[in-house]
Amino acid sequence: MLNKLFQFIKGAVHHITHGGRVYYMWVAFLLLLIAWGGYGYSNQFREGLIVTSMRDQVMWGFYIGNFTFLVGVAAAAVVLVIPAYIYHWGPIYEIVIIGELLAISAIIMCLGFVSVDIGRPDRFTHIMPLIGSLNWPRSMLAWDVLVLNMYLILNVSIVSHILWRAFHGREPSKGFVVPLVLFSIPAAVSIHSVTAFLYSGLGGRPFWNDAILAPRFLASAFCSGPAIILILLQILRKTAGLNIKDAAIQKIAELMAYAIAINLFFLGAELFKEYYSDTNHITHAQYLYFGLKGATGLGIYAWTSVAANVVALVLFLVPATRNNFFTLNVGCVLLYVGVYIEKGIGLVIPGLTPDTLGEIYEYVPTRHEMQVAAGVFGLGFLAFTVMIKVAIPVALGKLTYKPRDGEVLPAEPVEHAV
Amino acid sequence: MQLRTRINLSWLWLVLPLLSCQSAPGKAAIDGPDPLHSEPLKQAPAEAGLPPNPIALAMHSSETFAVAKPPISEDMWPCTTCHDGNDVNRNRRVLKEEHTNIQLHHDEEHRWCLDCHDATNRDYLHLASGVTITFDESYKLCGQCHGDKYRDWRMGVHGKRTGQWNGEKQYLLCVHCHSPHEPHFKPLKPEAPPARPTSIR
Amino acid sequence: MADTSPNPQDLDPNAVHGCASGGSCGCSGGTDDVSEADMDAPMDGNQVMGTYYDGGKIENRSMGGLALTRREFATSMGIVTGAIAAAGCSGDALEVFKQTRLREMTQPQVKEFLARLEREYKAKYNTDITVGATPPAEGVKFAYALDLSRCIGCRRCVHACVKENNQSRPNPEGEHNNPIQWIKVLEMEKEKGINLEEADPYYNPDKVPREGHFYMPVACQQCENPPCTKVCPVQATWKEADGIVVIDYDWCIGCRYCMVACPYGARRFNWAEPHLPQKDINPNTHVLGNRPRSKGVVEKCTWCIQRVRNGRYPACVEICPVGARKFGNLNDPHGEIRAVLENKRVYILKEDLNTQPKFFYFFGV
Repeated sequence: MLNKLFQFIKGAVHHITHGGRVYYMWVAFLLLLIAWGGYGYSNQFREGLIVTSMRDQVMWGFYIGNFTFLVGVAAAAVVLVIPAYIYHWGPIYEIVIIGELLAISAIIMCLGFVSVDIGRPDRFTHIMPLIGSLNWPRSMLAWDVLVLNMYLILNVSIVSHILWRAFHGREPSKGFVVPLVLFSIPAAVSIHSVTAFLYSGLGGRPFWNDAILAPRFLASAFCSGPAIILILLQILRKTAGLNIKDAAIQKIAELMAYAIAINLFFLGAELFKEYYSDTNHITHAQYLYFGLKGATGLGIYAWTSVAANVVALVLFLVPATRNNFFTLNVGCVLLYVGVYIEKGIGLVIPGLTPDTLGEIYEYVPTRHEMQVAAGVFGLGFLAFTVMIKVAIPVALGKLTYKPRDGEVLPAEPVEHAV
Repeated sequence: MQLRTRINLSWLWLVLPLLSCQSAPGKAAIDGPDPLHSEPLKQAPAEAGLPPNPIALAMHSSETFAVAKPPISEDMWPCTTCHDGNDVNRNRRVLKEEHTNIQLHHDEEHRWCLDCHDATNRDYLHLASGVTITFDESYKLCGQCHGDKYRDWRMGVHGKRTGQWNGEKQYLLCVHCHSPHEPHFKPLKPEAPPARPTSIR
Repeated sequence: MADTSPNPQDLDPNAVHGCASGGSCGCSGGTDDVSEADMDAPMDGNQVMGTYYDGGKIENRSMGGLALTRREFATSMGIVTGAIAAAGCSGDALEVFKQTRLREMTQPQVKEFLARLEREYKAKYNTDITVGATPPAEGVKFAYALDLSRCIGCRRCVHACVKENNQSRPNPEGEHNNPIQWIKVLEMEKEKGINLEEADPYYNPDKVPREGHFYMPVACQQCENPPCTKVCPVQATWKEADGIVVIDYDWCIGCRYCMVACPYGARRFNWAEPHLPQKDINPNTHVLGNRPRSKGVVEKCTWCIQRVRNGRYPACVEICPVGARKFGNLNDPHGEIRAVLENKRVYILKEDLNTQPKFFYFFGV
């Protein structure tokens, strides 16, 4: 067992450290990003969150916005597994692996964003289940800690199992994987619902205190998550020799069209409620879309998001543009941008502006926040890159256990740039 | 000697915290057997020649409240230093010689000094009944007209009490906040506004 | 570093016994959590002054020596214990962390903790600061009333509060300038009534009240149904038996979820290290109130817990030049709070949220 593990690690290290020029540049870029972010964070750690532009009026900002968006990515990545099963796409496990690895990376980034957002990171033990004093079941944040970690463990287990089996040249155990994969679907829904409840459970924040928030979260997640996966699948089938059929990609795109339409419908329902009833609670939506008392900082982003989502809907709805990979990818990027704004700054900031006593403080993230966020993204991307760099050779049988001489002889140095 | 009875409210800010600090339960604000401070009951001086009004007496004796020192400057007390009780001019008039700084803006059309200040003994006030009261019972005088405020004040709803929330309290008199001659509360300079979030760095 | 690393001798061997004999020290973190309802129950009357919770109330898990190195220990041991928890779920190791919360300390631990705080403050501020822990009194439910028809918006309360409660002061020359005030006075137009969207907290005319305006000071409403304590992921904030919502500054992780949840904007965050010059320190403090805070934690009005638990009025009540501020025991039928509630028109800020504030705005006229 130990020998096997040693072989696996040795082989993995070999694959991680060997790649094309693009791969090396990409990894170097990510490492730089992480170092830069780490430097920014060391300043924040020393000086306090004062280096951000969060203040008592807007006490959550860019970090939590990214967290919220990435929970959606994590959730949606796994849900792709459903159509993969239903429609019997070719290399099912490869798609599952990519989805799960993306989910793991997204969760890593989620945890990273939450960690950089807390004022006393030295007290992280207080929030750890069992060790700390988790306010469960009362606090939605406690729920979030639990479901996110559970989801992380779940995905790590599934991927590890599939890869470990593949390492031995064996098929994954259906009895192990299928129940866990099926369980990961409600788990994915739960992480995003709980994250939505984090917001929608607050009576004092009318912009969020809304039953439609959780459904909206899911709908938008099923736009942005698959958008990332579609592009990833295309990259990987070109670079890593994964055999993924066009039909599978187009099926995902078709399903995404529904998600975009539903997401826009929910948005319309929200806007109808706000503007038709025209209560005092409209101020937040007003600030987001049209500005309030001269504070118009978010308008450009809000409309960009709406426009991106609408154009993406058209591109995904019309079969000609959906089946054309160029327009499909344009649609994916638009969707990513649209949902990133909608779920990040477009959700957190207007929910807090104007504040509960009516004050308008226009929050704009500082360079520091961008820097730290870049570091967290770098960490997540690096994690994904490294994991996929190992997973694909294993899945393709290029990295397998050699029982005889006990040494891993990597068949051919895999020349691809992931 | 210049007599100044006009109450300038601006010094209250300085005094109030001091008052609250020294507000040990039941502690008399100043020492001495001064008529400024109530001794349980003062009979009306016999000058009116009338028996005390029983209603006024009842009101008078029913409750007394621990109050802060009435806001009268030491240098013009006692009043009887000048007002020795002789040659009392009971005519309504504009004061030209003394107390010229007093601007009466308190139902001035119908009222003047001796409606409240006792003509015979200027160290006392008197109620409508003629019953004299000390300056630290002045709330009874105010309460004759402002009954609703008096009721609120006694409950601690109007005005201000210091001391212990669960024990002895000291009341501020009406005149601590409202000059009896110009009762309207004077505007104040506000203290500094909070820092804007944009100035926090 | 010597006293930041845990000394094995500090580990009370009795803790092992207590755990074994108690039989309830498993791996589950949820079973022995103290519910809010428990905490709200009146405390035993025979508590020693200067200590906090009665050890008998909460299962006694004596870990005396660890109180001294509470935070440091938690930090340095975090990873180790995490590993232990993952590997074998050792009950004792887990108890260490549960034990360090103020809410779960026994009386001797609290005493020791307060002494340590005083030593730390002495070293940091070069001033003798006393840290008390007067518990809630039985039968007392504090409440506050503020007369909107009297308040003139002079902000005397705001600044008296800062002086009393050791908030971070302005520091325009320093590296960071992070002044904190717990009371925010809103200026509003009489024509528009109470409309927070039109409120201005930054008014600064020569004289107040301004013509046609009225003023509404807002601080913690000490809700009976507080949304802030509900959302805290680590139980670092809770409602005391006398109704005051407090924060354990040594347990708060600074996630600011409570601030997001508070409908009254009553909570403040120490975005930077608070600036508290020695000359400005109020040395009479309460562990859950005005003791100096650190960077990265949330703080809020406690109705001057250090004063009111000893019979005094809050600083804002004492300073108010117009007597607009009323404070007392809601359970006292003859107190001023009940007089207000029974005789005046009362306005409850955001009543529709069912936060049930014990802060009542009223109209004296």
